[in-house]
Amino acid sequence: MANQRKGSGMSAGTERALDGIEPKVMGVLLRAGFTAILAVAILGLVGCGETATTTTPENSTTTTGAQVEKSDIVLASTTSTQDSGLFDVLLPAFEAAYPQYTVKVVAAGTGEALKLGENKDADVLLVHAPASEKEFVANGFGTERLEVMYNDFIIVGSADDPAGIRGMTDAARALKAISVAESLFVSRGDDSGTHKKELGLWKAAGVEPDGAWYESAGQGMGDVLAISSEKQAYTLSDRASYLNLLEGLDLEVLVEGDKALFNQYGVIPVTDATNAAGAADFAAWITSPEGQAVIADYGVEKFGQPLFVPNAG
Amino acid sequence: MEIFTQSIAEAIRLVASFDRYVFQVMGLSLKVSGSAVLIGLVIGLPLGMWLGLSRFRGRGILVALVNTGLGLPPVVVGLFVMMMISRKGPLGFLSLLYTPSAMVIAQVILATPYITAITMSAVGSIPREVRLQAVGLGASRFQALMVVVKEARLSIMTAVIAGFGAVISEVGAVMMVGGNISAGGENKTRVLTTAIVQEARMGHFETAMAFGLILLAMAFAAVFLLSRLQEGPRGGWVKS
Repeated sequence: MANQRKGSGMSAGTERALDGIEPKVMGVLLRAGFTAILAVAILGLVGCGETATTTTPENSTTTTGAQVEKSDIVLASTTSTQDSGLFDVLLPAFEAAYPQYTVKVVAAGTGEALKLGENKDADVLLVHAPASEKEFVANGFGTERLEVMYNDFIIVGSADDPAGIRGMTDAARALKAISVAESLFVSRGDDSGTHKKELGLWKAAGVEPDGAWYESAGQGMGDVLAISSEKQAYTLSDRASYLNLLEGLDLEVLVEGDKALFNQYGVIPVTDATNAAGAADFAAWITSPEGQAVIADYGVEKFGQPLFVPNAG
Repeated sequence: MEIFTQSIAEAIRLVASFDRYVFQVMGLSLKVSGSAVLIGLVIGLPLGMWLGLSRFRGRGILVALVNTGLGLPPVVVGLFVMMMISRKGPLGFLSLLYTPSAMVIAQVILATPYITAITMSAVGSIPREVRLQAVGLGASRFQALMVVVKEARLSIMTAVIAGFGAVISEVGAVMMVGGNISAGGENKTRVLTTAIVQEARMGHFETAMAFGLILLAMAFAAVFLLSRLQEGPRGGWVKS
């Protein structure tokens, strides 16, 4: 009985198998294809919609009745600012004060943020590399550069502290000690404001960081803190990113308080920006007493200390 | 348009100057993705043949799982592998995070479903008579399976190409478990895709695009080579 079924039903079984499997795989591929096409179509539509709104900044400040016509401001900033969580309170406050704007944040390295400004893909920049910022404005890419706030960098590392830098108040000396001990140090290596700060400190320490102990990740602050924690290595971080990510990290603050570790932020409206009015309004607001108060408050509730010190004007 | 001509020039310059850094990054890309596909083949080929040739209760669920695997988001796989091998994870004692091995593990997870799914559909479409005939002619069970593999070799090659294409171009998983690290001029875990992300973040759009072109050229060369193996009666190792 069983034999007979095997014998005679074989080709029919193969047919069924064919019908069963091929269409399934084909179906998945087709579905994936359709989804992709659909996604592209939708993105295209949304993209068009956005360009339509951003190209009408002139009308954006005029309110017609109860309806407020919104326009987008593209704010290019840095990953460390994003990771600090400041935007989560700063932008809602700004949008409450200026309901005609929606701020879209692009968090990049300082290098990319400046490039976005140069290409006019961003309307306003909030970055922390004063020398590059001044050059950016001097080259005519930005209308002006206003100081906004500062925070500080810290050198963090494992509790073991193999290079013995805990408690040092001279950041350059601490880095020197790390290089002498050839303890693992993870660098941002991404041309960001933090990376530039780090390179400045190595220079001050008279050390050319090179060798297997000096790893370069080319990633954002959060990623580099995670890598350092995993490898129990040293790194330079801004305090805000560190405090925000503290819970998942196995790292301690070892060096802090050196003047050389202060980190100045500046805001730059981009010349001939798509939303020039929005960029100017944002820069004016963030340096106004109202904006500065939001900055001064940030972090007090969550960390018991402010993460940024406002110093505009 | 200028950026494209500049990028092409930059790509040619980088390759033609035998830039050590670029070749190290290219080499690691090939090594990691190549190993992942080979391991994926070792897992996916038998698995696909089993799923394609046998009928049993619960097979439908397994087939659906494999097909779902075709849509695994690399970044989720990266996150999963990272949590497993992190110092605080269950496999933390192996110290694998931020090593090429971790990148291979993540990419094996991504490549295997491609190889399994395509193998499954390929062997399933081979008439069952082929196998029975082989057995009838005195082949052992294993030899009969080899006959099926031989019949399905073109599709299996397609499976390898699809798997390789999927992993050489992904960035989410390798960024997360590799860390894009170089140290003291030596590349540790930086591959082409993560280098592209880094260069773009730094505002070096031409270099990023140049790396993209190198990646495309490399993927094309690899796929072209595999296709030649697949097609050629004389051009390939895969003889009928």
